[in-house]
Amino acid sequence: MDLKGFDHPDRHAADGTLPAGARSVKVMIAGGFGTGKTTMVRSVSDIKPLTTEETLTQASAGVDNLIGVADKQETTVSLDFGKIGINEQLVLYLFGTPGQERFWFLWNGLFKGALGAVVLVDTRRLASSFRAIEEMERQNVPFVIALNVFPDSKDHPVEEIRDALDISPHTPIVACDARDRESSRDVLIALIRHLKERSAVALETR
Amino acid sequence: MSGPSRPLNPSGLERYYVLTGGRSGPGGSASSLDVATLIISRAAAVPGMQHEHEEILRRCRDPLSVAELGAHLGLPFNILAVLLTDLLAAGRIEARDPIPASGAGRGPDLALLEEVLSGLERL
Repeated sequence: MDLKGFDHPDRHAADGTLPAGARSVKVMIAGGFGTGKTTMVRSVSDIKPLTTEETLTQASAGVDNLIGVADKQETTVSLDFGKIGINEQLVLYLFGTPGQERFWFLWNGLFKGALGAVVLVDTRRLASSFRAIEEMERQNVPFVIALNVFPDSKDHPVEEIRDALDISPHTPIVACDARDRESSRDVLIALIRHLKERSAVALETR
Repeated sequence: MSGPSRPLNPSGLERYYVLTGGRSGPGGSASSLDVATLIISRAAAVPGMQHEHEEILRRCRDPLSVAELGAHLGLPFNILAVLLTDLLAAGRIEARDPIPASGAGRGPDLALLEEVLSGLERL
């Protein structure tokens, strides 16, 4: 955990202290293990990404067997997050979901109240993001697919990937380089535009 | 176990037990706390107050998210949620939940999405 820049409250102003009336919105960055979630949070965040932790306690003993965690064992899962100042009053928090899928049940509440999600996909290992896509659909979280292009990724036509992932034609698929700030920002822009289109349709059909 | 999970050391668990008076998870209003909820102090620290409570009030003079607070204080979400619930109940802090993309009964919030979009485009 890196606390640099946060030890001294007086330094907050330079780090983007929020005004008294500030509000927040959140966006989730999901995807399989090693698809670049933390990289994306890091590249687009205004602050050095931080980590918050959740303890898995006896309250979840009922699902321990299901996920293969020994009974009553105390474990901690980490959630990397960053933030983007949208304007003086509004801040966007980005949360990367834990890579290990067996801990996803912990984050059921995490998607609640999120504007939407980015699901990162490594085209060399499409299957690693199947679970994330299923979760978004199950929890009814609007999302865009971001193909994180690695140096040795093959150039697949988007429609081929859409078929392979079984993604609805309404869900945007964009290519990105999660290491690049502008590219990651463009993914977020694609997500918000998608949300706007969905909203416009929803308003028309009311 | 590998990756993001690790066993907590006993001293850590004891610390959490003491901090929360043995209450391991949030109940009541705390269950609505989100990692992106902004916490704002509504009162100054008073003498004799639990150290962590005091620390929360000090750090939240300007709005700060639950996630950031947890990272700064080195406390997991469920423990922090208990402490925040105490402070909420005492009226010492205000909790402001993240704005959802659509509110109950009022449909999608296009103005909010437009605001986020123009902010991102300015980056």
